[in-house]
Amino acid sequence: MATMTFVQAIHDALAVEMERDPRVVLLGEDIGKNGGVFRATEGLWARFGPARVIDTPLAEAGIVGMAIGMALNGLRPVAEIQFADFIYPAFDQIVSELAKFRYRSAGQFPAPVVVRTPSGGGIKGGHYHSQSPEAYFIHTAGLKVAMPSTPADGKGMLAAAMRDPDPVIFLEPKALYRTVKGDVPEGDFVVPLGKARSVRSGEDVSLITYGATVHVAEEAAAIAAEEGIGVDVIDLRTLWPLDIDAVVQSVELTGRAVVLHEAPRTCGFGAELAALIQEKAFLHLKAPVQRVTGFDTPFPYALEKLYIPDARRVLDAVRAAMNF
Amino acid sequence: MDQQLTVALRDDGSVDPGLDPGLDGETLRFLFRKMVFLRALDEKALNLQRAGRIGFYIGAAGQEASEIGSGFALKPGDWVFPSYRDQGVALLHGYPLSSLIAQLFGNRLDATKGRQMPNHWCDRSRRIVSVSSPVATQLPQAVGAAYAAKMRGEKDAFIAYFGDGGSSTGEFHVAMNFAGVFRTPNVFFCSNNQYAISVPVSRQTATGSIAAKAAAYGFRGIRVDGNDVLAVYRVTLDALELARGGGGPTLIEAVTYRMGAHSTSDDPTRYRSAEEVEAWRKKDPVARFASHLRSLGLLDDAFEETIAEEAREEVRRAVAECESAPPVPPESMVEDVYAEMPWHLSEQREWLRQPGGR
Ligand SMILES: Cc1ncc(C[n+]2csc(CCOP(=O)(O)OP(=O)(O)O)c2C)c(N)n1
Repeated sequence: MATMTFVQAIHDALAVEMERDPRVVLLGEDIGKNGGVFRATEGLWARFGPARVIDTPLAEAGIVGMAIGMALNGLRPVAEIQFADFIYPAFDQIVSELAKFRYRSAGQFPAPVVVRTPSGGGIKGGHYHSQSPEAYFIHTAGLKVAMPSTPADGKGMLAAAMRDPDPVIFLEPKALYRTVKGDVPEGDFVVPLGKARSVRSGEDVSLITYGATVHVAEEAAAIAAEEGIGVDVIDLRTLWPLDIDAVVQSVELTGRAVVLHEAPRTCGFGAELAALIQEKAFLHLKAPVQRVTGFDTPFPYALEKLYIPDARRVLDAVRAAMNF
Repeated sequence: MDQQLTVALRDDGSVDPGLDPGLDGETLRFLFRKMVFLRALDEKALNLQRAGRIGFYIGAAGQEASEIGSGFALKPGDWVFPSYRDQGVALLHGYPLSSLIAQLFGNRLDATKGRQMPNHWCDRSRRIVSVSSPVATQLPQAVGAAYAAKMRGEKDAFIAYFGDGGSSTGEFHVAMNFAGVFRTPNVFFCSNNQYAISVPVSRQTATGSIAAKAAAYGFRGIRVDGNDVLAVYRVTLDALELARGGGGPTLIEAVTYRMGAHSTSDDPTRYRSAEEVEAWRKKDPVARFASHLRSLGLLDDAFEETIAEEAREEVRRAVAECESAPPVPPESMVEDVYAEMPWHLSEQREWLRQPGGR
């Protein structure tokens, strides 16, 4: 075990997998000599060479399009999009191409590409450096969408994504890059995709979340415990395909659910979670599913603290579920 | 910016000695047969669509020289990133006719399980990559695939097809730029058939030639007479060899004309004059090659009729063989979305399997 920041854990996954598998290549903007604007690829260019750690021209459609072609021809590319907010120029390559290659070729052309990108707010980045685009990709059949919340998961899930036969949109909560530290197993280490993590057990309310808001949920759960409310906190880790069993089991136990994310509310992933809970655990519910989310606005610069759900808002929802 | 047009087959029926690929009589006849075959395939497919037996078709009539000339230049190991109009290239690259026809019907014989509309075929075993409807998306992908080969030291070339409309997309510029920067073994083959549906090439670019754009990306652009099968073959061969030998990418602009509609959903009389079509009809690539073969004593009326009849018969047989296959099974709808089926798709499959559930 080593203690690492979140971004160090991401770096470690890339280094270990590049060492393990010569098919792994990285491509993106500023990832070579500069080591990435968040330093996730620091030193890899010197270690693995410019043919495997590729500084590309500034064009996201090119980065993802090129990664698709690499994957079709036997490489395991990891494309870095510098900020999730700049993934939209590559949107067509992701949703029309990457997501559909396996299906449209009936399995002849799988495209195992990982698209890594720093996501979410909390770094004073304004609305072009803070967005949470997960719902677009969850909505697109053929993609897997993952978002770790701890350094260990950051490493293990990224390694799993790089070995996965399907394309994975790997969202890294950038607010956590340097603010969160934790123990991370050294060397070969994988956290399988599709399995949620129980962060904390409780019998009164299920609090279902992922990414940076896992830490907000933990804070809220600790305060709720002082009030005598047991909160069962679930970190989904992989958003899609979802670990539905973990969600349903928890809600069957507690009878109450709060879904929490930073992304905007309308048609956000929380809406899907609420619908699934309603479909699969209706008779266990003692209260309507509560949503705690960002606002239906572009991400604001000056008011980002207000935009991102905090423990107080989560507690309000937990109490509303309890008092319904 | 204009660029000179490369022409091998001159108006008087002779061949420019500097561009003559030097093919023997047998090979010349083979190319002619393939061009005639492609036209027969188009005619049959259009009839099938008119009769309601297939839903849609995109023809290549008028572009046979570009299709057959460039497709014939490929080696078996080369990769093809086609557009929806390149069935001629696919057939020359080994794609079986029966697979192509089955894809038109989208039934159980279709290797891609009826997932896409007609003209969207693929074949991994022949390195023919899955066709996409969004125009020009295949171009950056071809660069990535070429990069992979170059990285491993393999000597394959990667040809990507698109239209004049495709040359306006962001993906075209992105791909050209990436290929130039990485010097990947790519050949970009633009079939400039003068129209993107109804919009003329003058609305796609303010330059006189699409090939000229290559200069801006640091590599070779060639403007070739796309109705001249020998010239197309020759310049494609050169470009592929350059690519395989590490000489970097080439952009080929084949100047041609789509004789028919854009697709079976299109009415070209709304945007093209009869005179214009007539002027291009005089440059018909099949007739032009036929007269060349006649001048060489390789073709006469009887032989030409035999070739045409054989082509029609082969297409007829393939249609008869493919059309009556059963439909794709309902539950195949949820297959191949992921390598392993997740719970939500298993649930949807269960629903599809219920009698009366669909
Ligand atoms: C990105 C995109 N926009 C619009 C369309 C609709 N569309 C289909 S074909 C076509 C024209 C394409 O023309 P061109 O690239 O010249 O190829 P051609 O059909 O002439 O071979 C259009 C606009 C599309 N398929 N993709």
